[in-house]
Amino acid sequence: MTVSELAEPGKAAGGETVFSLADARKQSGLDEVLAALDHDLVGLAPVKSRISEIAALLLVDSQRAAFGLSTARPNLHMSFTGEPGTGKTTVALRMADLLKRLGYLNRGHLVAVTREDLVGQYVGHTAPKTKEVLKRAMGGVLFIDEAYYLYRAENERDYGQESIEILLQVMENQRDDLVVILAGYKDRMDTFFQANPGMSSRIAHHIDFPGYTLDELDQIGAQMVGQLGYRLAPAAREVFREYLARRREQPRFANARSVRNAVERARLRHASRLVSQPELMLSVDDLIRLEPDDFLASRVFQVPPAQP
Amino acid sequence: MTERWHAGVIPYAEMGYWKPEYEPKDTDVLAAFRVTPQPGVPPEEAGAAVAGESSTATWTVVWTDRLTAYDNYQAKCYSVEPVPGTQDQYIARIAYDIDLFEEGSIANLTSSIIGNVFGFKALRALRLEDMRIPLHYVRTFQGPAHGIVTEREYLNKYGRPLLGATTKPKLGLSARNYGRVVFEALRGGLDFTKDDENINSQPFMRWRDRYLFTMEAVNRAQAETGEIKGHYLNVTAATMEDMYERADFARQLGSVIVMVDLTAGYTAIQSMARWARRNGVMLHLHRAGHATYTRQKSHGVSFRVIAKWMRLAGVDHLHAGTVVGKLEGDPNAIAGYYDTLRLGSTPADPVHGLYFDQDWGSMPGTMPVASGGIHAGQMHQLLHYLGEDVVLQFGGGTIGHPMGIAAGATANRVAVEAMVKARNEGRDIFVEGEQVLKAAARHSRELDVALATWGDVTFSYEPTDTPDAVATPTAL
Amino acid sequence: MRITQGTFSYLPDFSDAEIRAQISYALDRGWPLSVEFTDDPHPRNTYWEMWGLPMFDLHDAAGVLLEVNQCRTAYPDHYIRLNAYDAAKGRQTIALSFIVGRPAYEPGFRLDRQEVADRQVRYTTHPYAADRPAGDRYRAS
Repeated sequence: MTVSELAEPGKAAGGETVFSLADARKQSGLDEVLAALDHDLVGLAPVKSRISEIAALLLVDSQRAAFGLSTARPNLHMSFTGEPGTGKTTVALRMADLLKRLGYLNRGHLVAVTREDLVGQYVGHTAPKTKEVLKRAMGGVLFIDEAYYLYRAENERDYGQESIEILLQVMENQRDDLVVILAGYKDRMDTFFQANPGMSSRIAHHIDFPGYTLDELDQIGAQMVGQLGYRLAPAAREVFREYLARRREQPRFANARSVRNAVERARLRHASRLVSQPELMLSVDDLIRLEPDDFLASRVFQVPPAQP
Repeated sequence: MTERWHAGVIPYAEMGYWKPEYEPKDTDVLAAFRVTPQPGVPPEEAGAAVAGESSTATWTVVWTDRLTAYDNYQAKCYSVEPVPGTQDQYIARIAYDIDLFEEGSIANLTSSIIGNVFGFKALRALRLEDMRIPLHYVRTFQGPAHGIVTEREYLNKYGRPLLGATTKPKLGLSARNYGRVVFEALRGGLDFTKDDENINSQPFMRWRDRYLFTMEAVNRAQAETGEIKGHYLNVTAATMEDMYERADFARQLGSVIVMVDLTAGYTAIQSMARWARRNGVMLHLHRAGHATYTRQKSHGVSFRVIAKWMRLAGVDHLHAGTVVGKLEGDPNAIAGYYDTLRLGSTPADPVHGLYFDQDWGSMPGTMPVASGGIHAGQMHQLLHYLGEDVVLQFGGGTIGHPMGIAAGATANRVAVEAMVKARNEGRDIFVEGEQVLKAAARHSRELDVALATWGDVTFSYEPTDTPDAVATPTAL
Repeated sequence: MRITQGTFSYLPDFSDAEIRAQISYALDRGWPLSVEFTDDPHPRNTYWEMWGLPMFDLHDAAGVLLEVNQCRTAYPDHYIRLNAYDAAKGRQTIALSFIVGRPAYEPGFRLDRQEVADRQVRYTTHPYAADRPAGDRYRAS
């Protein structure tokens, strides 16, 4: 095929403008998804810029395909690595939407699973289970959280291996019907990929989700408090920041999820504080104002702050 | 009050048959009549007279009324409204207590509601437009012997309209020739063939011979296609004993369906519906004679009421119009008939001519049949207007095919399958129907020839029976 | 002969893309689909073998088509049909059912007649294929 033959659709040869990428972009609704992503998630700048890059690549690819310049569908399977609570599932949801709008997926839904949903308990159980999940996910994104649990190095007869093999087969043969996103901690995922080079070679995009900075956590917290219909008393604002600074140094910190838990517990304390003082006459503001005490009672403050 | 009981003649309205304050009970049978009073008769009095004459009243005061709880048995006209666009017509709504009717009897229901009143002198014309049968009364009827769902499961045919044809010529074929038409039509791709309403047991073809030759044809066609086939064997006869004899013979021969004419009468139809349920044979009803009283808008009984009665009576198939064929039928009115036959409940909808909410409980639906002057070239319109749960009957449109009867049947089957396929693929068949048919004809010479023969035939006459209300686009 | 059971037997056999479109129609209405196969296509053989359970909770046609193709591979010389089921009240039956696989050669049926009294005939539809054992009926020999 020559370039002059390729030019047929827009009747252009030799570099004339024949279509507008901006129009295609507008038509796809790509910007709405990116805006929604930006609105939903505080921070995550490197993730957002990777998503924009991928979106741009797919947009151009779809135009190239329209002009017959490329026929092979790009590989779209991805891995999302990062600490818990860094927005991997939310980004996967938006990614599914994005891929549908760009025409790479038919339905654009997300099916989120873990090892339990894929791997059976006895011989002959795993294949139907994995296939069932794959069929449900077709047309959308299959999101496998903590995917490395599918592989157990210590037990080579583990049923997880069977599931991995079926996954690989479908990831290769039915690229048009399904996008797989593997998610989990970065170090464990790296080990998993080393042990399963077949899987590694089928992942086109690796996106790392960094932990949130203290400022970002603070901002997330303020947003959550607002969304729940509360406000922080000025003094509480400082205490909450201090809480977050301490909490992120402690074990089992789960980023945005830990922030949500902190806010929920503060609400509980706020409520019992009000109920324990029945004699007080309350204003509406009392009902929405969180005080320093609502945070200070947390055991996070009983542990001395880690030395920098 | 005592004046109510003075001997002599007083207006119906003053006898308690006009009660504008009455609120119908959930258990009442409701009726909507189109009333055209004689000049000088006030509309309320006309409505009250209809209520009176269709329930307890007579022309004069009788003291024996006082021996009953008469106000319970009196029908009540509770609303009279002028019909827009007419000078002298009114819709009178009348409520009847459920105690006025025998359980499960169409004959009793109709003798009450339309028994005497249509000849009443004070009215120039009277038409029963619609009825609300309360669920309490619905539950006393058997309903369709099998219904749409069971019919599809019997026949193993899903997802598309069923196809049929009436054997032509209607009269005069010998049994052997008659069976030939049946065989050709069924092996070509139709699901059903049909006796016409006036094929009973005449000198040129006695019923038993017809049954034998027809069932040979049905079985042959079944073996040639691997599909279940049927022929509506008409069992209509002079007496119930004759009808049972014929139906039993049809059953013995393995026919999946028999047929009865509306002219046989409501009681005969209910008897046949019981027989059909007992014997696992479906019951097709031909509405022979209905247009004598359903067609004129000012006098008679609307077909939507007949449809309601026949679903209660228990038929599995009922002819209900085609919209596009040779017989009378306004698209909105026909949508009302089809909904009445098929749905579990229908809300009042003036555009479709439905005056009341009607709840059928779990009574199965009756399969409507579209018959009369339809052909393969209208398939997109038929599917658009009539939907999927319908038998489309192409008599002339099968048997008149230049390449033969089987080819005519194939043309219809290819057309219906292609149209369902296109609809399911999301195409707008009402607009693109002709292209869909042309594309399908590329694989089917039978359809190609059918389109060339009948493609342009239409029957566009003004319908006489249309709902009074039309949908007006709402301003945005 | 060509057995014409099913919604679309008078049309040319469907491509995968055409099957996909019908599956999507069913899924959009919330109808689960199921694959069934048989080598006894008698018109009154209601219960074909089930190729797995009906597929509930699917979003996209690809998953169903996958099963159709696996069934075709496993049973190349069988009739295979795809059913869509409508569980809505008042319906609760199959909504769409069409053949997506058939043997290369279809011998069809013989009509057996037993003459009895009064000119009556008892009919039996006999699949030629049923003379061979199940599983072996449409094997090209």
